[in-house]
Amino acid sequence: MASIDTGGGDSGHKKGPGVKKAKKLSTRVDMTPMVDLGFLLITFFVFTATMTTPTTMDLNMPKDVKDEKQQTEAKESSVLTIMLGKANQVYYYEGKLVVDATGNNFKSTTFKGIREVIINKKKDVISRHQHDETCKKTQDKAKEKGDPDWEKACLDRDFIVVIKPDADATYSNTVDILDEMTINQVKTYAMVKILQQEIDLIKATEATNGIK
Amino acid sequence: MPSVKIPRKSTDTDMTPFVDIAFLILSFFIMATKFKPPEPVEITTPGSVLSQKLPENNAVMVIIDSSNKVYFTILSDKDKSKFDDIIENINTTRNLGLTPAEKTNFRQTFAVGVPFGSLKQLLATPADQQGAIKQPGIPVMDSANNELVWWIAAAKSAFAGQSLNYLIKGDGHSKYPAFEAVVSALKRNDEFKYNLVTALDDIPSNSELDLYNRRVTK
Repeated sequence: MASIDTGGGDSGHKKGPGVKKAKKLSTRVDMTPMVDLGFLLITFFVFTATMTTPTTMDLNMPKDVKDEKQQTEAKESSVLTIMLGKANQVYYYEGKLVVDATGNNFKSTTFKGIREVIINKKKDVISRHQHDETCKKTQDKAKEKGDPDWEKACLDRDFIVVIKPDADATYSNTVDILDEMTINQVKTYAMVKILQQEIDLIKATEATNGIK
Repeated sequence: MPSVKIPRKSTDTDMTPFVDIAFLILSFFIMATKFKPPEPVEITTPGSVLSQKLPENNAVMVIIDSSNKVYFTILSDKDKSKFDDIIENINTTRNLGLTPAEKTNFRQTFAVGVPFGSLKQLLATPADQQGAIKQPGIPVMDSANNELVWWIAAAKSAFAGQSLNYLIKGDGHSKYPAFEAVVSALKRNDEFKYNLVTALDDIPSNSELDLYNRRVTK
């Protein structure tokens, strides 16, 4: 007959004959389900993680000035105008737009080619630089700030890039060209509304080049 | 002849180090993960070489999606009362007749992309169901009726006396006129400094910026 173990007596301490040994259980735990779960969670977090941290880019726009006297003057010879068209095409001209019998300085290129154009124009402007008092002030300011390039601080002060995206240009193109300004260290640039004459020229060029 | 007994090896492997590594990686990802905020639209931002950090507070974000729709949103996790100030301002100036419940709902609304006429309807919908509503975008293209101007003005007055950043988050495929319209809305509020949200790109090697950075770090 089954008896109720009262807990007292000699059953606990003395292991006499007939008293069964408690079976030793293994302390090992099967880890497989735990690993499964662990990796499942890892995959989940990997997928949801936002890996690309968004960054920002500064953009300063000028105030619309109606008064012509207050507008920034630019030397014609040191201005580069860049226009953005559809299908990532870039158009540019140096100085004043000339499209007549005497010549045509309206050229087209791509985003790869525009860097070369900017670099060359910058070099050209720097080569024509003339030193004066205001230039010295700019240099001193840069020196104070600890700019290692303070000597060059005002060499390109005349260099101005005018950016004119047309209605077909994408936002990505606009950011790219602004980025190009940073990459090539162009200090003065402006985003300006495109002129009708320029739109017409872009349309005509697109038609001849077969860009849709 | 006694047969040679090959000792039977257990096929069980000790999983413990495996588990250790798995959970180590897991904890890393849990720490490093920042959940994407729910966005009404998917935006693929263009790349840029500039690597400034995005401000998370005191900022107005204007979103332009790939079909040139414009959305307005405020980033102010610290001080939620700004949301109330802005919607109150819009409600009074535009005479929309929003109920207090609808105004409170503005706090949860991630982005507004509707004309003022449909704002009441949007805010009457619970925030978790707003994703189902097709938002037509804030009207900006008509310069006489650029509604974004009002939103910016409301935000400006709510954040008066504090610094306020203007973020423009445009999809790479959106067209330039939408961006220009957003900029003109900001300009009309006498704001000329903006931040464009971009993804980080590598600096082209041996470009002037690259050379300059190397000189500075040297």
